[in-house]
Amino acid sequence: MAPTITLSNVIKRFGRADAVRDVSFVLSEGETIALVGHNGAGKTTLMKLMLGLLHPTSGHIDMLGDNPAEGAFEGRTKVGYLPENIAFNAALTGRETLTFYARLKRQPVNTVEGLLIQVGLEGAADKRVGAYSKGMRQRLGLAQALLGEPRVLLLDEPTTGLDPALRQTFYAIVQTLRDRGATVLLSSHALTELEEQADRVIIMNRGIKVADGSIDELRKIASLPIRIRASSRAGTGMAPPAWLPAGIGWQWFGDDAIEIYAMPENKLAIVRSALSDDSQISDIDIIPPTLDELYAHFLHEQENGQ
Amino acid sequence: MRNILIIALKEIQEGMRNRWVIATTLLLAALALTLTFLGSTPTGQVNVRALDVVIVSLSSLSIFLLPLIALLLSHDAIVGEIERGTMLLLLSYPISRRQVVAGKFIGHVCILAFATILGYGIAALALAVSGSGIETDSLLAFCALIGSSVLLGAIFIAIGYLVSAFVRERATAAGIAIGIWLFFVLIYDMALLGILVADQGKTVSGGFLNMLLLLNPTDAYRLFNLTGSANVGSFSGMAGLSGQIGLGIYALLGALTLWVVIPLTAASFIFSRREL
Repeated sequence: MAPTITLSNVIKRFGRADAVRDVSFVLSEGETIALVGHNGAGKTTLMKLMLGLLHPTSGHIDMLGDNPAEGAFEGRTKVGYLPENIAFNAALTGRETLTFYARLKRQPVNTVEGLLIQVGLEGAADKRVGAYSKGMRQRLGLAQALLGEPRVLLLDEPTTGLDPALRQTFYAIVQTLRDRGATVLLSSHALTELEEQADRVIIMNRGIKVADGSIDELRKIASLPIRIRASSRAGTGMAPPAWLPAGIGWQWFGDDAIEIYAMPENKLAIVRSALSDDSQISDIDIIPPTLDELYAHFLHEQENGQ
Repeated sequence: MRNILIIALKEIQEGMRNRWVIATTLLLAALALTLTFLGSTPTGQVNVRALDVVIVSLSSLSIFLLPLIALLLSHDAIVGEIERGTMLLLLSYPISRRQVVAGKFIGHVCILAFATILGYGIAALALAVSGSGIETDSLLAFCALIGSSVLLGAIFIAIGYLVSAFVRERATAAGIAIGIWLFFVLIYDMALLGILVADQGKTVSGGFLNMLLLLNPTDAYRLFNLTGSANVGSFSGMAGLSGQIGLGIYALLGALTLWVVIPLTAASFIFSRREL
C-alpha cells in the first residue's frame, strides 16, 4: 500500500502555545484512520497543516507528492476536505455552489447531479444555501468533499448534524471509497461510531501523538480487562460464585448477573469454568474494551507520565 | 488562469445575486442623469459642449463615490470570507491564494466597470437624445472619463484587498476602509492646500507638488480628467493649472496603474503568508 500522507517530526507553534508537538506518521492507501482527541488536542491543526492552510513551525509534510507548506497544490485535485464548521456563500443555491467547486476540481459539471442525489439534496438543490438547515449544509459539505473520487479524504467531525439515516449512507460512501483505495482520515467525538469504521486509531493529546495502531493492537498495548457478564438463573447471593477463580475482580451486575474483569489471557479459562460448572449460567456477554475506554486509558497514562 | 476565471465568474454571480450590481448601476445612473440635466443649466441656451460640462461634474462625483463603492465591495473580500469560514474550504481546493486574489479582483472590477459604463453611458446617451451636439473630442474625453473612473475604482478595490488581507476582523477592515476614504478624498487635499498656503511657495517646489499629487490616486485621477482635454480644462477652471503642472497624461496613467499594481501585489503577498 503506497503512502499518501507522510508527516515527519511536525511541530506547530501558535505564539508560545504548542498546538502540535513532534508528530510523525504515515497514512497509506485504503486505510481508514480515526483521529481521536479532546478539543484542542491538535486534530484540526493537523488537517490544516496537511492542506497547507497552516505552515509547520518545523518538520516536513508530504501530501500526495506535494509539499503543502510551500504552497504546492497540484495534488489537491485528489483531496476531499470537510471542515468542522462548514460554511458556504448564502446567496448561491446548493447546485450553483457544488458546480463552482466541481469546476475548481476540473470535474465535469454533470457529476454534480449524481452527488446531490447521493447525499439526498436533490429536492433542495435550487434553494439558496442561506435557507439550509445545519444538516443540509453538512450534506452539501459532504457532497463537495466527494467531488472527483478523492484519493485522500480529510473529514473533521463529519457526522455532527447528520441524522442517523444519513450517517449510515455516509459510512457506506466512506466504505466504498476506502475499497477503491482512498485514505480516509476521520476525526470525531463519537468514538463508538468510529470504532466500527476505523482500521487504525491515532490518539492525540495536547498536540502529542499518544497512541497509534489498530484497535486490536491498542487493546493489547493497553491490556485493559475484558468485561464478562454472566447471568444466572439462580439469582445472586452475597458470596462470589464457586466457579470463579480467586484473585479475579468482579462485582454484582443487576439482580441476577455478575460482571467479571478478566485479562485477555484469562478470558477463555473463566468462560470455560463458568460453563463447565453446574452454575446455571443462562447467558454470557463478553465485552472487549471500547474505544472510549482505550482513549481514556492512553490519555490517563500520558498525563501521569508527564 | 482557468482558476482565476472561475473565481471571477463566481464573484460576478454573487454580485448579481445580492443586488450589488443593480444597486451600483442605478445609483451611478441616477446621479449622472441628475448632474447632466442640472449641470447643463449654466451652459444656457447655446448648449455648446454640454458633454464637457458633464465630464467636469461627473469626475467630481466619481472622486467621492467610486472609491467609496470600491472599498465597500472589497474591504470584506478576504477577511470576510475567512471570518465566515468559506475561505477555509476554498483554499483546500487546487487553487493558489494569488489566483483567489486575482480572480476576486477581476470579478469586482467587472462589476464596477459594468455599473460605471452603463450608469455614465446613460447620461451621455440622454444628452445625445435631448438634442445636444456632441463633438468627437468631447466624446473621446468622455470615454477617457469612463476608463479612468474604472481605473480609480480598481485602485480602491486593490487598496481594500490590502486592508482585508491584513486585518483580523471585518469590523476593523470596515473602519480602516472608511479612514482611507476620508484621507484620500477629503483630508489629503485640504492638508495639501493648507501646506501650500502656509508655505507661500518657499520650500514646496513645483516638482515636489507634482509628486504629492501623484501620491494621491484621486488627485491623479482629477488631473487626468480635468486637464486631459483642453476644452474640459477651460470649463473646470484648471486650464491655468494644467499649464503649470508638468505632468503628462502618460505620467498620470502610469501613476494610476501603479496604484493598482502595488496594493494588489502587496495584498496577495500578505494573504499568501497568512495562516487560517
